Amino acid sequence: MLTTAFALVFFYAPVDADQGIIQKIFYVHVPLAIVALCGFVAGAVFGLMHLRTRDRRWDMRSYVTIHLSIVLAVGVLITGSIWARASWGQWFVWDEPMLVVFLIVFLLYATYQPLRFSIEDPEKQARYASVFAVTAGAFVPLCFGAVRMAQNLTHPQAGTMTTSGPASVSQTFLISLIGMALLFVTLCKYEMASKNATFKLRSLRRRLAGDDDDFAPAPRSAAPQL
Amino acid sequence: MKSAVAALLSKELALELRTRESVPAMVMFSITTYVLFHFGLDRDTIDGDLASGVLWVTLLFAAMLGINRLFVAEHEQGGFDGFLLAPVDRTAMFVAKAIALFAFLCAVELVAVPAFALLLLGPPLGQALPGLIVVLLAANAGVAVVGTLVAALAIQTRARELMVALLALPLLVPVVLGAARATAPLLHQGGAAALPVDWLGLLALYDLLFALIAYAIFDFLLED
Repeated sequence: MLTTAFALVFFYAPVDADQGIIQKIFYVHVPLAIVALCGFVAGAVFGLMHLRTRDRRWDMRSYVTIHLSIVLAVGVLITGSIWARASWGQWFVWDEPMLVVFLIVFLLYATYQPLRFSIEDPEKQARYASVFAVTAGAFVPLCFGAVRMAQNLTHPQAGTMTTSGPASVSQTFLISLIGMALLFVTLCKYEMASKNATFKLRSLRRRLAGDDDDFAPAPRSAAPQL
Repeated sequence: MKSAVAALLSKELALELRTRESVPAMVMFSITTYVLFHFGLDRDTIDGDLASGVLWVTLLFAAMLGINRLFVAEHEQGGFDGFLLAPVDRTAMFVAKAIALFAFLCAVELVAVPAFALLLLGPPLGQALPGLIVVLLAANAGVAVVGTLVAALAIQTRARELMVALLALPLLVPVVLGAARATAPLLHQGGAAALPVDWLGLLALYDLLFALIAYAIFDFLLED
């Protein structure tokens, strides 16, 4: 799906009149940003489910979505600054609320892993991380709502860019967005499966080791334990 | 709930009055920071955007000191256990702590804002005062709510001071932004302009949203 999207980006969508080929990064940057933000909000929803049900699997889902969204957010910041360098002439523009807000959100979520790591008791770790996920998840829409309120015109809006251009632009954009979302979901599934496999393996080993003292405890990590 | 909040709040205030731990430190910190800004900026008087920025960053960092200390007594002396044994709603703890932090911040500002006017501010404070008080109250509410939540979140972690700063600063960026933008026109050299309503609205929205979230999820931070 993503390959189709990228093929469309290069062969189907028209080259922007005044920005040239660099405008194509739009089809990576914007879907990345939208998917990352949705991932943060989804992490908050999963965190809330964990707090309500006390089921560790919700905490795992929350952890995995936030973890991958942070990775995507790094991608957003990198592609965004490449694009900004090419079209505005600067790596980072301070009077642009969208960029600043994204940076703040990124900095906030960057503390998620240290927070998990610095709590020892796994159950408490899961609960506190969920509380953080809910708080930060509510912070994301608030910030972006505030940005929409006081919008500056330098940062192109996804909406205006897709509706005002020819149809091929909006089609390509939509396909990249769906492709990126599918990529995100697939990555989440993979990480979840790998984590589950690790825990199964560990519990089997523990059973195998029985009462022997030579069983090595799991190394401390920020990831939730099942 | 009301009596529990009142009891906890009176305990907080009595503790602060007797030990004098947070508020004097916060006041000293803000005054020292003004002196540092004087040398750092190499300016005798400041006004407008710069003045409001200096004022709010200083107040925010002073607030971080108070947030750091907020749950330390409970954590070290086992106050959490005592509170959990009492048959009261756990949110009472949050409400009491947030009100106490709000009161501490107001007390700090009673000294820190006049000191700011005396040491650094160019235009006279008198005209700007009514608007400034409104902004201070709105921003204090936001800092108190988010600060209490973050303090409770960070108290159980190993690197407490570090986590408070890392968590609270990004979360409080909208407060500083709204408060600094709302204060800037009040401190202009030519006299105070009108209070910008939209930034005040942002502050109010932030206060409301985070008060609701914190009220809803604070319970989970106290269980053991």
